[in-house]
Parts: sequence; structure tokens; C-alpha cells
Amino acid sequence: MSGSAARTIRVDTLARVEGEGAMLIKMAGERVSDVKLRIYEPPRFFEAFLRGRHFSEVPDIVARICGICPIAYQMSAVHAIERALGVHISPEVRMLRRLFYCGEWIESHALHVYMLHAPDFLGYEDAITMAKDHPEVVQRALRLKKIGNHLVTLLGGREIHPISAAVGGFYKVPAKNLLHELEEDLKWALDASVQTVRLTAGLEFPDFEQDYEFVALRNPSEYPFNEGRLVSNRGLDIDAAEYEDTFIEQHVKHSNALHSVIRGRGSYLVGPMARFNLNFDNLPEVARQAASDAHLKPPVKNPFRSIIVRSVELVFACAEALRICQEYEPPSQPRMEAPSRAGVGQAITEAPRGILYHRYAIDDKGLIVTAKIVPPTSQNQKRIEDDLREYAPRLAGWPLKDATWKCEQAIRNYDPCISCATHFLKLTVEQEEEK
Amino acid sequence: MSSEAKHGKKLMTRRKEAEKPGPKAAPKPKIAVFKFASCDGCQLSLLDAEDELLAITGAVDIAYFPEASRAMLKGPYDIGLVEGSVTTHHDAQRIQEVRRQCKTLVTIGACATAGGIQALRNWKDVDEFIRVVYATPQFISTLKLSTPIAEHVPVDFELRGCPINKYQLVELITATLAGRKPNIPTNSVCMECKRKGNVCIAVARGIACLGPVTQAGCGALCPSFDRGCYGCYGPMESPNTSSLTKGLRVLGQTDDQIMRAFRGFNAWSWQFRRASEECEHK
Repeated sequence: MSGSAARTIRVDTLARVEGEGAMLIKMAGERVSDVKLRIYEPPRFFEAFLRGRHFSEVPDIVARICGICPIAYQMSAVHAIERALGVHISPEVRMLRRLFYCGEWIESHALHVYMLHAPDFLGYEDAITMAKDHPEVVQRALRLKKIGNHLVTLLGGREIHPISAAVGGFYKVPAKNLLHELEEDLKWALDASVQTVRLTAGLEFPDFEQDYEFVALRNPSEYPFNEGRLVSNRGLDIDAAEYEDTFIEQHVKHSNALHSVIRGRGSYLVGPMARFNLNFDNLPEVARQAASDAHLKPPVKNPFRSIIVRSVELVFACAEALRICQEYEPPSQPRMEAPSRAGVGQAITEAPRGILYHRYAIDDKGLIVTAKIVPPTSQNQKRIEDDLREYAPRLAGWPLKDATWKCEQAIRNYDPCISCATHFLKLTVEQEEEK
Repeated sequence: MSSEAKHGKKLMTRRKEAEKPGPKAAPKPKIAVFKFASCDGCQLSLLDAEDELLAITGAVDIAYFPEASRAMLKGPYDIGLVEGSVTTHHDAQRIQEVRRQCKTLVTIGACATAGGIQALRNWKDVDEFIRVVYATPQFISTLKLSTPIAEHVPVDFELRGCPINKYQLVELITATLAGRKPNIPTNSVCMECKRKGNVCIAVARGIACLGPVTQAGCGALCPSFDRGCYGCYGPMESPNTSSLTKGLRVLGQTDDQIMRAFRGFNAWSWQFRRASEECEHK
């Protein structure tokens, strides 16, 4: 209807995402000529200044890459360093780390589902205005988030940049009764998460499916957090040590960002949808039931429905946290001694937004020689642009204001974390030939 | 369950344009949140104040807070919260405009107050840093130094911490709105340990700890978790860093270790900077 009128959909400051980014889509009628998810967040050079630091300092430093998912950075770091040093953690520490991650998933997913993403579906600028019409829903979100944060605080001292994660374990582990005391809250949270799935399943979704390569960790018997093979729905099955042989960062012409692609195949998707589609059988019964009640079954290929998947992961994280709290026995020692010896180690863990890869080379004094970090958002970035390229033509007849909002929503499907991605994205001050 | 389903249905209805509230009669104070080079953690503290958030938004207008809302109202603002350090030419100009727009300007966190962990570049060759991280260095536009906001514009209050303490943030907003001085102690972490009844980990167990020179505010978290304070709240009021350096040497710390201890999240604060450089030049 709009013929081939040229128009530009642009947002200079993307809202309800973590960090600073902008979106630019150039179209003529239904033909998209350019899509850019521009990242203007300044670089901070973590990999550079990690060199020369002692390995024991790394978990504290890398936490500062992201205020929303510091535990993910700490977990990928400690596992990579333990691998380099040949340290094996105790089964109790392993469970505590799963619990730690549950806390981060709960607070991060509750934040995104209710406060960052739901307002798009319901036509609100933010959760604060949404709270005026639906106070009890926003209050439920805040309580859920608070329980996630409480869990993190109990294990790590504070919700942002917790201080207890250490190579080999934790500086200090909680007493048994402290975790048992969480049970009532977690039972409430589990119920609230099931209600969250019900709510999000009732939202309206555009009919938009894509043929994705989903990439996530996979364990034989557990929904993944800290370990597993890296697999995809197209036959990928590798160890973390093979990551850099398989994934490459590409400098593409239309964008100033480095895009992570699978060698020879192209873009891929990490995060809740990938985990759900590749690990559905390892979800606990309560999460599978919630998904089934919501008519959600793998493979989910509509990125807008990721809000339901994230809600199902909330159910999982609450159920898993409850199980661990009930079964918890403190380890005989909070952490294993880590020797100072030279080595190289890689690890991948599942941040709320998807896989997070770390590699460290350490010298015989325990100092970092090189560090490499690939966060989830830089891996999803090309996929986000691909989605926009496919989705934008459907909005050709829409008023610009509505089309813009819808494209923002399509970006928020990925819960992008731009501060994380920045250390790895190519930045320029772009010389746009805008009139 | 059925009431939940009914409620769900109600929520599932998109908000209609007509339902949007009209302009308010009595304007509330306007708060804006600005981000520079940072991790977003300090501004997230505002959303992490789960028990206070709705009360805060009842008392003030969150006029500009992109992490939380796509409604971005133009200034001027009554309070501007600034997170992050200045690391690019563009940001060095932007902070001037932010200052003009804000009646009261408050920096939140170690990046805005001391340059943050990214200030570690300040002792290195930033061009070499760029080459380490980026394949095409000529695309990167960055300054040689990561600097705190107060090096660029006058700042009305600096809230410490990496990250800030959300209760201190709520106190700061409350005090600013009431026109009084915020009640934020400037003594050391040692005081918090004493109040908590912690046994001193440095004295009793020989663990290196920056508590004696670090400002309180975290609740002596690290010593309470059996580890030394790593200084994330930055220097206390008049810290005796050289005395601590001597003490750390007695505990067996090498100058290189002591230098790294001061060169953390508040490395570019002048007190910690001087302390780390003293160990470096030995």
C-alpha cells in the first residue's frame, strides 16, 4: 500500500535493554536495504587489562563487565581457570554454583519478562506505568526478582558483583539452616513462575517463525548451567576447548560490529529458546507441565514467544533452587586449593542470555597471560539483525511510530546486554550520510 | 486459578490510547539516569530496590531512564544520576550537556566517581589495548584516560561503591528531595567490621585487607565472607595508605601484590593511585 516509498526506522537510544545501542533500518516499500544494530557503548578493554593480574582476582574483575549477569562472568571465569590449573571442585560446591546461577536467572528473567519485555506486548512505555493499571502483577514481578536477588545475596553477599565466588569454590558457604529458610519463599516463587507462564502465554504474538541454528550447552541429565557439551540442532557437538575452532568473529560490511558466526554456516541463536529447544527433556516435570499447558513445545521458532520460554525457565530455576536448598549439605571445605602453575583453560556457562565463553592462559606465577571472552549478546547480534531484516517488510504499511516500537520489541526478544557485548564489538563513530 | 486466568485475560489486553492518563496537575520532581562507560550495575540498583521502587516512582517522575523506560522526557531535571566514566570525546561533550540539564548532579558508583576498572588503561598504552581487543584498531574512538565525572563538571554529591549500596541511593534521593545532607558515613570498613563483631581477619589470620583505608558502605562484606576487603568503595576520608602498605608488607605481601590491590575498581582515585605508584616505583 505504501508502494516503494523509502523510509527509515530508527531509534537513537534503545530503551529497556542493558547498555547503549541504536537501531537503524532502511526500507523502500517492503525491500530492506540496510539493517544496523549500532553499538555506541564505549569499549572498556577487559581482556587487555586482565593480563598480569593474578588468577584469583579474575572473578571479581570480570563481574564488572555486566551488572545484570555478574555471576555468569564469575562462573565462566572460575571454571576456565580451574580447568587451566587442574582443580576439581567438590560435588557440594558444584550444587552451590547451580544454586548461585538459579538466583541470577530468577532476578534477570523476572526483570526482563515483566519489566523490560511485557510492556511492549501490553502497550506501556515501562513497568512503572504498567503498575498503575496492574499493581499486583508488577508487585509479583518485584517479589520474584527480590527472591532471586536474595538467593544471590545469601551466597554472595550482595546482588550485584557478589564477593564469594572463588577459584576452587567459594570464600565462604552458607550454613544449612540458611538455605532451608529460603524454602517458603521459593515455593511461593515457583507458584508465581507458573502464573508467569500462564500470563505470558496469553499475550499476542506476531506470526513470525525463523529457521534458526540453536546453540546451547547440553548435559546428559540436567538442564544446563555450568557444564556440558556445546550442541546445536544442526549437529554441532563440541567441547569448550574446541569453541574457537568452530566459531569465528566476522567483520561484515553493513555493520560496524564484529559478528560471531559458526564457521561455514552463519548466524545462530543462543539463550532461553536455544536451551529450551535442546534441553526440553531435562526440564523438571513442573516446568514441562507449565510449558505444555501453555501449548509450548520444542522447537519454538518464533522469537517473540521467547517471553514464554523465559517464563518456563523461571519455573525451572525456582524448582531447581528449591530442590538444592532442600538437599543441601555444606561442603567439608569451602574451596579447593588452587596451585600456581602454567596452563590454558576454556569454559562455557549459560548466562541468562545464552552461552558465555572464557579462555585464560596463565603463567607459572599464576598471572594471566591472555584472556578471551565471548558474551552471549555479541553472538546473538547478527541473529538480531537477521530477524529485523526478515521482520521489517511485514511492517511496511504500518505507521512509522508503531513499526518502530515493533522493531524495538523484536530486538528485546533477545534481552540484549550491550555493555557485555561492547568489549567485543567493533565500534566506530559512524559517518552516516543522513540528511 | 480461575481468578488468575481472568486476571491474566485482563492483563493480556493491550492498553488503549484513550486509557492513558492525561497530564498531571502538580508536577513531581524529575529524575534522570545517565550512563557513561560502565556495567549498568549501579543504575540497576534502583530497580533492585524492590521494596522501595513503587514508593520512589510515586514521589518522583522518572523522566529519563532508558534502561527502564522508552519514554524519554526532555530536561531540565531536578536530579541527575550519572553512572560511568568518561572515555570518549563524545562523552566528554555529552557530560557538559548533562550538567546543564540537571539542577543537582550526583555520580553513582566507582566508574563515575573514580574512573572505574577501565581506568587501568591510564597506566598503559591504550593503542596497544585496542589492538589486543579489536581486530581493526583504526575503527576505535577512545580517549587515553578513563576519568571520573568530577574531572569534567562540578558534581554535587558522589555516591561510592562498585556497585553502590541501594539503601544509600534511596537515602540520597530522599535527602536531596528534602533539601538536607544525605546521611552517608565516610569512615572506614574497619568500623563496620567492629560494629558487626567480626574478628579482624588481617590481625587474626594474616589476610591482606584494604578495610583500614576503604570507605564504609558495603557492610564489611568481604571480611564477613572470610576474605580481605578489595577496596570497591574507594578511599575513606583521609586514608593512611602508606601505613597500610607497611602493614601489608609485614603480612608478607610483595610490592607487586600491594600495587595490584590498590589498582582495582577505584584505582584512579588520587589516594589509591599514589599508593599503587609508590609500590610500583620501588
